[in-house]
Amino acid sequence: MKGFLGRVLPPTVILILALTAWEVAVRAYKVPVYIVPGPIVIFQALVRDWVTLYPSLIVTVVITLSALTAATVLGVLIAVLFAQSKWIERSFFPYAVILQVTPVVAIAPLIIIWVKDTATALLICAWIVAFFPIVSNTTLGLNSTDHNLLNLLQLYGASRRQVFWYLRLPSALPYFLGGLRISGGLALIGAVVAEFVAGSGGIQSGLAYRILEAGYQLQIPRMFAALFMITGTGILIFVILTAVNHFALRRWHESAVRREG
Amino acid sequence: MPLVALRGVEKVYSNGTEALKGLDLQIREGEFVSLLGPSGCGKSTVLRLIAGLGELSGGELEWSSLQHEIGFVFQDPTLMPWATVSDNIYLPLRVKGIARAEAAPRIEQAMQQVGLAGFGKSYPRELSGGMRMRVSIARALVAQPRILLMDEPFAALDEITRFRLNDDLLELWASQRWTVVFVTHSVFESVYLSTRILVMSARPGRVSSEVVLDAKRDASFRTSAAYADQCRTVSARLAEAMLP
Repeated sequence: MKGFLGRVLPPTVILILALTAWEVAVRAYKVPVYIVPGPIVIFQALVRDWVTLYPSLIVTVVITLSALTAATVLGVLIAVLFAQSKWIERSFFPYAVILQVTPVVAIAPLIIIWVKDTATALLICAWIVAFFPIVSNTTLGLNSTDHNLLNLLQLYGASRRQVFWYLRLPSALPYFLGGLRISGGLALIGAVVAEFVAGSGGIQSGLAYRILEAGYQLQIPRMFAALFMITGTGILIFVILTAVNHFALRRWHESAVRREG
Repeated sequence: MPLVALRGVEKVYSNGTEALKGLDLQIREGEFVSLLGPSGCGKSTVLRLIAGLGELSGGELEWSSLQHEIGFVFQDPTLMPWATVSDNIYLPLRVKGIARAEAAPRIEQAMQQVGLAGFGKSYPRELSGGMRMRVSIARALVAQPRILLMDEPFAALDEITRFRLNDDLLELWASQRWTVVFVTHSVFESVYLSTRILVMSARPGRVSSEVVLDAKRDASFRTSAAYADQCRTVSARLAEAMLP
């Protein structure tokens, strides 16, 4: 419990200090609300517009989580395929890289044109961003099995399937979880970016669309409120994935085991 | 008839290194044979070839029977960090398709033999180096091997732990009637443990001499004059083997 407090208390104190400084500064310099609203006004906007913001939050979260799920399933499957042979990996890995390095903002308009259903289009955009860390990390993990353990299994006459299930998959777990943690944040970014691109169409009503809409109406506090909701969602995803990571590795992996002082 | 015989064995690695050339050796049932030599003389290569890890470049390797269960203990414990002690020991049986329930008594017995009783649910990282090595030995035992191959298993351990494991290993060897092939670069360890020492020389690796030991080994042996004598003999042979 002491450890938990020690982790949560310092950033909380910083948050309260920063918000107070912000509020004080805004009031002291009489900054108009349509330029930079103070935290109190933003919170009021959040409460007032909750009826419209909350459904938008759900839309964004659903797209993010679907994209993350798709990225996890396909990412792991592709990594497993890569791990089957060096040739498959060499042939296809560059294309995974291409998908990764092409900015999603640049391809999102195309995808939105090609895919009729906007929700699916957004999902694809978010997936493109989220899937690379899982593929590359899991591939690395599957190839990092202890050579002596591989020798040992060979000695006992293990089949390829046994080597895969008993050794390679468990060795890849910490790498996969590391990738998943990065992808969680990226899926949200991908979803929001795609919503921005699609936003002018006005069909979807995710949080990014609310930000655009509030911007047109100069409802700056609402913009901030939606922004906070996105950030909050991102933090929540990160915390959950970190907890999953810790729970899965706490007994055996150096990253999760507490170091005795 | 020897359990396993190597005749004129050659091993050339893909980078051109000639690891072994004209190597002859025989391992008889029930022996405790040490391969002693300077680093780079190919002792580990011999062990790996006997284990069937890697192809011979020349010569032949012959087993007296088709059925030969092999146990292998590496220099580091080579455990699966994500699995408990008992799951690690279960591995060879799991590969053979033996159900967990059926394997449980055998795992328990192997743990008892190496002094690990009660540690089944621990994870490798929670154990000391010596205990991890015990897990590694238990994993080799659980499959009831005819021959146990050990590649400098105690080299990375402190002396106190090494002496204890030496004694425990001798006790197990005496009670289980195994055949052990033990790779080491320590004269003292090889004299203490073995019934026969094969001294190897390097570039290319081959057996340069053989010392047969017949002392009765127990705790007092380590400090006896006979032990010191034999260490002197083996050291001299090793020095000869290392001459260019």
